Amino acid sequence: MGIDPVTLIVALITVSTPVLLAAIGELVVEKTGVLNLGVEGMMVTGAVMGFVVAVNTGSPTLGFLAGMASGVALSLIFGVLTQVLLSNQVATGLALTLFGLGLSALLGVGYPGSTPPAVSDPFPAAMAEIPVVGPILFGHSMITYVSVLLVAAVWYVLGYTKTGLIIRAVGENHDAAHALGYKVIRIRLMAIMFGGACAGLGGAFLSIVRVQNWVDGMTAGAGWIALALVVFASWKPWRALLGAYLFGGVTALQLRLQAAGINIPVEILAMSPYLITIVVLVIMSSDRSRAALNAPAALGKVFHATG
Amino acid sequence: MLRLEKRPSPSKGWIAATPVLAVVLTMIAGGLMFAVLGKNPFEAIRIIFWDPLFHESFAAYSRPQLLVKAGPLILIAIGLSLGFRAGVWNIGAEGQYIMGAIAGASFGLAFYPSESPLIFPGMIIAGAFGGWAWSMIPAILKTRFRTNEILVSLLLVYVAEKILASAAVGFLRNPEGSGFPGSRNLSRIESMNNPELIPGTGMHWGVVLAFIAVIAAYVLLNKHLLGYQIKLAGQAPRAARFAGVNPNRLIVLCLGVSGALAGLAGLFEVSGPAGQISIDFNVGYGFTAIIVAFLGRLHPIGILLAGLLMALTYIGGELAQLMLQIPAPAIQAFQGMLLFFLLAVDVLSSFRIRFKKERVA
Repeated sequence: MGIDPVTLIVALITVSTPVLLAAIGELVVEKTGVLNLGVEGMMVTGAVMGFVVAVNTGSPTLGFLAGMASGVALSLIFGVLTQVLLSNQVATGLALTLFGLGLSALLGVGYPGSTPPAVSDPFPAAMAEIPVVGPILFGHSMITYVSVLLVAAVWYVLGYTKTGLIIRAVGENHDAAHALGYKVIRIRLMAIMFGGACAGLGGAFLSIVRVQNWVDGMTAGAGWIALALVVFASWKPWRALLGAYLFGGVTALQLRLQAAGINIPVEILAMSPYLITIVVLVIMSSDRSRAALNAPAALGKVFHATG
Repeated sequence: MLRLEKRPSPSKGWIAATPVLAVVLTMIAGGLMFAVLGKNPFEAIRIIFWDPLFHESFAAYSRPQLLVKAGPLILIAIGLSLGFRAGVWNIGAEGQYIMGAIAGASFGLAFYPSESPLIFPGMIIAGAFGGWAWSMIPAILKTRFRTNEILVSLLLVYVAEKILASAAVGFLRNPEGSGFPGSRNLSRIESMNNPELIPGTGMHWGVVLAFIAVIAAYVLLNKHLLGYQIKLAGQAPRAARFAGVNPNRLIVLCLGVSGALAGLAGLFEVSGPAGQISIDFNVGYGFTAIIVAFLGRLHPIGILLAGLLMALTYIGGELAQLMLQIPAPAIQAFQGMLLFFLLAVDVLSSFRIRFKKERVA
């Protein structure tokens, strides 16, 4: 049984979208100097809230909004703890992930097996039927296009606007930014909320569009892979897109190989996306100049204005 | 206007008081959560924190469970706390726990049906080795390639889970189990059994080791140069380097110790309370141990108490599920909440809260 490259590319883009959304959100958060390890928790909560709302209202759009809102709500807990109460970012992020996994399982009791409403495609079906380019370019759900537009927007804002300069200044040296009169904590809180919205939307996409079901802990490490992608991307938006599609390609390919019953143990195939993420991380971090060049200098450091 | 003023040194009183305050706040917030679920919050809190120890009909069963559940939590958390103190973030203890269990069980089952008394000690060594080897992957990648150990150790949990699935249905499956997944039941094989040492207490070899680990960690941190170096590296990495502390050595050591202890916890669990390698024998102790380590303030005695408390919430959670039909994940959210509150009130130990008019700079 062969593997059709066109369906593979279509699947790759769908598989990548949740991770890409979470990664681009986290990229902005890290650009302001904050390391939020709670991406997995926000994604999985976004997945369950999006799913529950979509099933109950019959509207996928409301589902996506609910996913974003729940991601923002969780990110605010993280924001208040780390920015106002000055807690350790690593520990708080971990707490967010542990809490999110528990909360999502609690909220999702009774929902596994429900059918979410179908998501209509933004382009007419005739366009998606054009051979080869049709399904690849026009055969996706709205959120997939949103994710790519978001990458472009983040790239533009970070690189070419005053807002981007302020974000980078806060992430490079929060004391200097504070001395210049920028509200470090407010800027960071807004970035954290943006990251929460992106992770929540990614989770909602996962449950409503990609899997079309709710399963406990269904993100299965996607949030952590998103964190790894930010490192892989050296904090550059387009590289995050590349990384997400690379990861999506591996995942989509291994799922197809499993289905094709190829002579590789299923477990080896199933662990390959994680292993490849690790290998890519190693390659990126082993190059000292490249890894150190782009990491925001104040990443993970606590900011406390004195005086 | 409320302002935070940094204390010259963390307040000793608040360091001890904040975990207690966090537990109280979690009880209040958890009570609200149970009320939202339509349960009587006071009854729920009583069932979780009181009934496992003192209920006339359940306590006899649940009291021994306290040590059974606290043992692995304490063992893993002690290992993690050394790393967390030194700024080495091993958050993949769950994976090391699984790999220790698989390595130990594989060693034992390789000798089946031999009944040598040397098999169980061999399994213990194999279990420690399995967890240690798994933790050496992030350690080597960190020291050789500066790869972030948080992400690598965590991603390896998912890899370990896939290996576990493959062990349960493949290379460790019980050949006499009529095709069901899961290994032979180790706790029913004389030479591989990790028995309850004192009937009715839940004490098994893993719990004994957990107590030894608490004492050893206490001595290490308070009486030994290495313990001093660990603390120094975490609090002042630059000063530590000037003092001749080799950061790579500390990374390998902290990850190795926590990996070996997590592996041991896995081996003792799989040969005792869990009984066999099955797809889901791991119940997240590796992650809960992170909460235990922080709740215990990364201090050995604190971890001992925190481990017992977390074990209580596990048992109480099961009881609440039985008596009030509170869904099982509620207790996981409850445990996560505890860590949030702890981190939130922690601000009191290193900062003073001052009421002051805002000054124009």
